[in-house]
Amino acid sequence: MSKMHVTATVNGDEVEFLADPRETLLDCLRDHLDLTGSKEGCGTGDCGACSVMLNGRLVPSCLVLGVETDGATIETIEGMAPEGALHPLQRKFIEHAALQCGFCTPGFLVAAKALLEKNPDPSESEIRYWLAGNLCRCTGYDKIVRAVQDAAAEMRGAA
Amino acid sequence: MRYHAPATFDEAVSIAAKASGVTRFLAGGTDVLVQLRAGAVTPDDLIDLKKIPGTHDITAQPDGGWRIGIAVSGASLGAHAKLVADWPGVVEGMELVGSTQVQGRATLTGNLCNGSPAADSVPGLVAAGATVTILGPDGSRELPVEQVPVKPGKTALEPGEIITAINLPPRGKNGGDAYLRFIPRTEMDIAVVGCAVSLTRENDKITAARVALGAVAPTVLLDEACAQAIVGTTLDDAALAALAEAASGAAKPISDKRGSKEFRVDVVGVLARRAAKIAYERAAK
Repeated sequence: MSKMHVTATVNGDEVEFLADPRETLLDCLRDHLDLTGSKEGCGTGDCGACSVMLNGRLVPSCLVLGVETDGATIETIEGMAPEGALHPLQRKFIEHAALQCGFCTPGFLVAAKALLEKNPDPSESEIRYWLAGNLCRCTGYDKIVRAVQDAAAEMRGAA
Repeated sequence: MRYHAPATFDEAVSIAAKASGVTRFLAGGTDVLVQLRAGAVTPDDLIDLKKIPGTHDITAQPDGGWRIGIAVSGASLGAHAKLVADWPGVVEGMELVGSTQVQGRATLTGNLCNGSPAADSVPGLVAAGATVTILGPDGSRELPVEQVPVKPGKTALEPGEIITAINLPPRGKNGGDAYLRFIPRTEMDIAVVGCAVSLTRENDKITAARVALGAVAPTVLLDEACAQAIVGTTLDDAALAALAEAASGAAKPISDKRGSKEFRVDVVGVLARRAAKIAYERAAK
């Protein structure tokens, strides 16, 4: 099976890789670009652990083929923290102990960031619905929701 | 598996016509890639339609209708204020499909072509009177959405044919539509029963209606008896009772892990009543 050449922008950098057409974007990020922050939980778009932004839309990277992303702009968890600091969501997840094993956390952070960019002041139900496609088997979700609320307040300058 | 990203629909059709093995078309990929991943279907040729110009566009038509590109995601559909204002029932059906992440990928056309009787976006399209434009080796044709699925997992598309757009008719004045489904939770599930109603009213009286029932037969049903139960009425209690009876009468469901036959027959009547009320209210605005 011949591999295809893909050029894309990942976290602001132009990258190139060779992808087998059957490889997902998640496979390509992890295996060709060494960006292992995005995780494979289910591989069928149900768990959200592989969430990334593709051309400005939140998507499960396990349901995108790598070869589809030629020319695309991709943002992953690795691009979330500005130089030398953590993103407010990352800090609040630590402060609120909104993670235990941490496997789901990159997906939650990427999805929560997308929510706050669209809606800086979401209600608890809006947060829970938006994150319904991110599964966590450790926390019971309450701490995650509180961390997102707290980060949102800080980002609005209300905290 | 060979991956193709044609620049035109004609090119896509010609690739499909030449392909001898298993061919799949890729739009959002939320079904095709899951099947690929599971090893259920490994296409020899995968034809990605998303690079074709126009496939991501929602275009207002001169007659007041809408043309929806085959790669428009649920998230893009929901973000289009004018389309939502015209066809809220169509959009709310699509928005019930999957999670926020899946909404970033999943498309109306994909949901339709997957051929599930429980597809959440299909009853809304059927009630709206939507059609699809199909291109194939023998040219172009248009088909009402209700004629696309023929049985679970199977569509009326011939080998080499592809849907190139979904067409919504002009909403016109005093029209409203709505879609409701029953699931045992509030999110992230597949419809046990679904129902969409689209109607137009003149003052308080309903002058036209289309009622579509989901997950109660091998395909989504467009039911004329349901429409007749409410046309000419003011959607009073008698009309609502007649509608519920017609919907339950039209339902031919199976019993499975999601719900029993008896439950589905009953619930489809309840949903028809409730969806009709919402559509009726929306038509007044």
